[in-house]
Amino acid sequence: MSGPQFRLSAGGRIDRAAALGFSFNGESFTGYAGDTLASALLAYGAFPLARSFKYHRPRGIYAAGAEEPNALVQLESGARSQPNLRATQIELYSGLNASSVNAWPSVDFDLMRVNDWLSPLFPSGFYYKTFMGAGIGTGRWWKLFEPFIRRAAGFGRAPAGPDPDRYERMNAHCDVLVVGGGPAGLSAALAAANRGSRVILADEQAEPGGDLLAGDRGIDGAPAMDWTATAMETLGAAPDVTVLTRTTVAGLYDDNFATALESVGERFGPDAPAHLPRLRLWRIRARQIVLATGAHERPYAFANNDTPGVMLGNAVRHYAGRYAVVPGRQVLLGTNNDSAYRTALLLAQAGIAVTLADARESPPAALAEAVRSAGIVLETGCAITAVAGDRRIRGAKIAPVRADGEIAGSPRPVDADLVGVSGGWNPALHLASHRGARPVWNEAPACFVPDDLSALGVRVAGAVTGAGALAECLEQGYAAGRDAARAAGRTKRIRKPVLKTDDGAAGAPIRPLWAVAGRRPGDRRGKAFVDLQNDVTAKDVALAARENYRSVEHLKRYTTLGMGTDQGKTANVTGLALMGMETGRSPDAVGTTTFRPPYTPIPFGALAGRDRGALFDPVRETPMFDWHAANGAVFEDVGQWKRPYAYRRAGESLEQAIDREVSAVRNAVGIMDASTLGKIDLKGPDVVTLLNRVYTNDWETLKVGRARYGLMCHEDGMIFDDGVTARLADDHYVMTTTTGNAATVLNWLELWLQTEWPDLRVFATSVTEAWATATVAGPEARKLVSDLDGDIDWSDEAFPHMAIRNGAILGAPARIFRVSFSGEASYEINVPAHYGLALWQALIGGGATPYGTEAMHVLRAEKGFIIVGQETDGTVTPQDVGMGWAVSKRKDFIGKRSYSRPDTARPDRKHLVGLLPLDSGTVLPEGGQIVNDPSQEPPVTMLGHVTSSYRSPSLNGGFALALLKNGRNRTGDTVHVLKLDEGADAARVVDPVFYDRDGGRLRG
Amino acid sequence: MLLIRCPYCGLRDESEFSCGGEADIARPLEPEKLSDAEWADYVFMRTNTKGRFKEQWVHTHGCGRWFTLVRHTVSHEHGETGVFGGVAPEADG
Repeated sequence: MSGPQFRLSAGGRIDRAAALGFSFNGESFTGYAGDTLASALLAYGAFPLARSFKYHRPRGIYAAGAEEPNALVQLESGARSQPNLRATQIELYSGLNASSVNAWPSVDFDLMRVNDWLSPLFPSGFYYKTFMGAGIGTGRWWKLFEPFIRRAAGFGRAPAGPDPDRYERMNAHCDVLVVGGGPAGLSAALAAANRGSRVILADEQAEPGGDLLAGDRGIDGAPAMDWTATAMETLGAAPDVTVLTRTTVAGLYDDNFATALESVGERFGPDAPAHLPRLRLWRIRARQIVLATGAHERPYAFANNDTPGVMLGNAVRHYAGRYAVVPGRQVLLGTNNDSAYRTALLLAQAGIAVTLADARESPPAALAEAVRSAGIVLETGCAITAVAGDRRIRGAKIAPVRADGEIAGSPRPVDADLVGVSGGWNPALHLASHRGARPVWNEAPACFVPDDLSALGVRVAGAVTGAGALAECLEQGYAAGRDAARAAGRTKRIRKPVLKTDDGAAGAPIRPLWAVAGRRPGDRRGKAFVDLQNDVTAKDVALAARENYRSVEHLKRYTTLGMGTDQGKTANVTGLALMGMETGRSPDAVGTTTFRPPYTPIPFGALAGRDRGALFDPVRETPMFDWHAANGAVFEDVGQWKRPYAYRRAGESLEQAIDREVSAVRNAVGIMDASTLGKIDLKGPDVVTLLNRVYTNDWETLKVGRARYGLMCHEDGMIFDDGVTARLADDHYVMTTTTGNAATVLNWLELWLQTEWPDLRVFATSVTEAWATATVAGPEARKLVSDLDGDIDWSDEAFPHMAIRNGAILGAPARIFRVSFSGEASYEINVPAHYGLALWQALIGGGATPYGTEAMHVLRAEKGFIIVGQETDGTVTPQDVGMGWAVSKRKDFIGKRSYSRPDTARPDRKHLVGLLPLDSGTVLPEGGQIVNDPSQEPPVTMLGHVTSSYRSPSLNGGFALALLKNGRNRTGDTVHVLKLDEGADAARVVDPVFYDRDGGRLRG
Repeated sequence: MLLIRCPYCGLRDESEFSCGGEADIARPLEPEKLSDAEWADYVFMRTNTKGRFKEQWVHTHGCGRWFTLVRHTVSHEHGETGVFGGVAPEADG
């Protein structure tokens, strides 16, 4: 690559004293501070730096901003790598390293280019017609070709490892959010700030100015950027104004909530100062919003209009004026409106030879005179019909065109190595659309503009309204800022500034032009692209119309028009206008697709912010956690809690540890950390009424000092929680819930107490974390607890099963529930949380074996005790699990009426049963489907599934709980449980209580 | 994201709230006297209004109180709130 020969010797907003070396596709380049990657590369010429999506045609830089469809690059490598960034929005830094995407093996020699030459074989809808349709019959072919097609269509590469960068999130509030820092946005921010509003001004560029950054505009007889500088000083001095540069407002949401992405450390590259996050995601709640989002220039299509060196006309102006780069010696500008004249004049001032082809027969006289006197060749009534060349432009042709774009005379050659095309302007109404604005077709500028959103507190100003003149943009901005401030309650009166701009005499209207030829099936002049990113041509749009995909939504999905990372910023309106021409409709009758956030892509890292790794979700630990961790505990997550699953000793397998823990509880004494169980303190004279209504069983008879098990159901009669509730005093109860459901149950009680029964006098308070709980279980449990220092009478007579006692243990106030989930004599000892570890250590010192959740599961399953969420799944009634005994016949309660619904009352519902594998060495797979006959031809009759399955050291073999259709009436039958891969295990249907059926051990 | 005026706390972000669906579904006083169809209507059926719709919301990450809110299911415009079983205090914000 020869040197930066296309850099102008003077001008631009670059710092020529700060040269920055960087590399692209392995080659070395030099640019300047103030450059983007795109402008620095263009200084070396408009060479190909990308391959197109479908045809793999060489592509170059096309735009100067967010609308860039072609120049997507992979920035940096390894874990920091980012795919598909727009070179036009990457600020250059020293050592930047980027490469092409979608080129294989390289951008200069791409094997997939074969797709272009074979393109008659790949029309719109090719994949569907060929692989999905009836032509080849089944989806078999698609399966065969999909991997190849996916690879061929790939865009960019995922990073090679976890993202090493840091991302931040910021919440902010303001009176007025101004989006866009061009003349309209700055004017709006000044007006709002002058009224004393709290203002946030967000602009996506490194410095505000918008269109003024091209440097060729004037305000009050001075360069317009002087006015911008003064405006920025004024805003900087205002007390309540925040100016966010490099910040893209990505989405607007209900009640004027906005998300904005600020580039912070990113512009320094991998060597960014460590204290800076790479990106910062702003969440802004604004009372009022002013959208000064500007407009995107749109091209018109002509043959080979994707050749590197064809650019948007205004992009040529910005590269020349802002970056002092013109990547050509002879420039052809094609236009149908006034805006290209400024580009032509700016280029001519820089000494570049310019031909300006205006499709209009009579451009404004003043403009025509100005360009002619600057030595520019002006061709009126002509449009560009084609460019020649493949990897760069080797000339172009112009010709008169008819209203429908067809060529009306013989094309004439024009010497050119750079082509700028302007087909008009599309207001950037994306954000307005997020808030529900309907795009309205505006004939004069031939564009869609947003309709009025002021009732929602959203105003638009500047080019987004279709305005063209600088004075108009400044006026609209001022008015929108003033009105927004007033609507936000800032009524201070201010004086309207009077500014004189260089707009000149009134211009002439645009001549709508969408595609020059290229639409007819027989046209062989070369592809005329409408959507560069998705390789959609004018011919593709015509094909879609012929095949009756005429709705704009069908057009999009059939041709892929407007998809991809740019979402059709330069393509959509042209595509739907062409569809209108094909079908005899105006563009607004065709309509637009809906814009959805984000305006430009947001990296996942920025959305995640700090919510990753250990901070992804809160972790809850019990007071005994450190002891567990130090004693071999393997943890499992139960909700947000870390619970010991089992305690592994040296040399022990997990299975051996579980067996040892189960045996310890059955034969001696074990302790389990049950602190995670939900505990809800219930106080008030009406607690018993509440319990009667939310639990299926009867609570009138529960005496102080006693506890009772209860099932909670929804109104559909299905179990949703269970637990023990104890009566501490006449009007004071404590309810326990399952670990995972603690918050849900409290919300459930509050829902009913507040919305349905506000007359009930009950306070419900979560006290889960106030207490630490150790469950002491086993035949030696009573001996162990009796040895604890305290004042409790532990004798069976004084403290029977299902009783509770308050007292002191180890000097701490203790509340003890004698309840059992293991089938052994068992005490749940609750002490204030900070005594938990001391209690635990005392019990361990007394000889108890700690056991984890898996041993607890085995123990309870041997007893046939259900776990809500394991044996139940929201379709299971108390009767289904054999707990009809816990359902009161006397009183009404939530869910009761549902038990007499025909489906719920059926005698052959799925019932909870036990399963014993015929081969006792087998442990049936949990979730395994139960069938009568595993060799039945599909569809196989499914009868239920295994809900819990373990190996039991007490039973010396596998056993399971299952929900089985008509199960209670099938005791003794043999059924089969399908395995995940293939085959089935035979098992016998038995009663779900496997151990100590008469419950004698509970009272031990 | 909606900006909801909790009758007890004032304006807060939607993320602090949970929506509890249609408001004013009264629990039948004597469920046993209802036909299966009437009971099923109470348990399972909700109106799916296109337009202004009265919902119940709870300020989960705030005061924990349930209240009613009228919300337009198409435009998301919302406003009028109400309280259950009493009178809300003067909310600020």
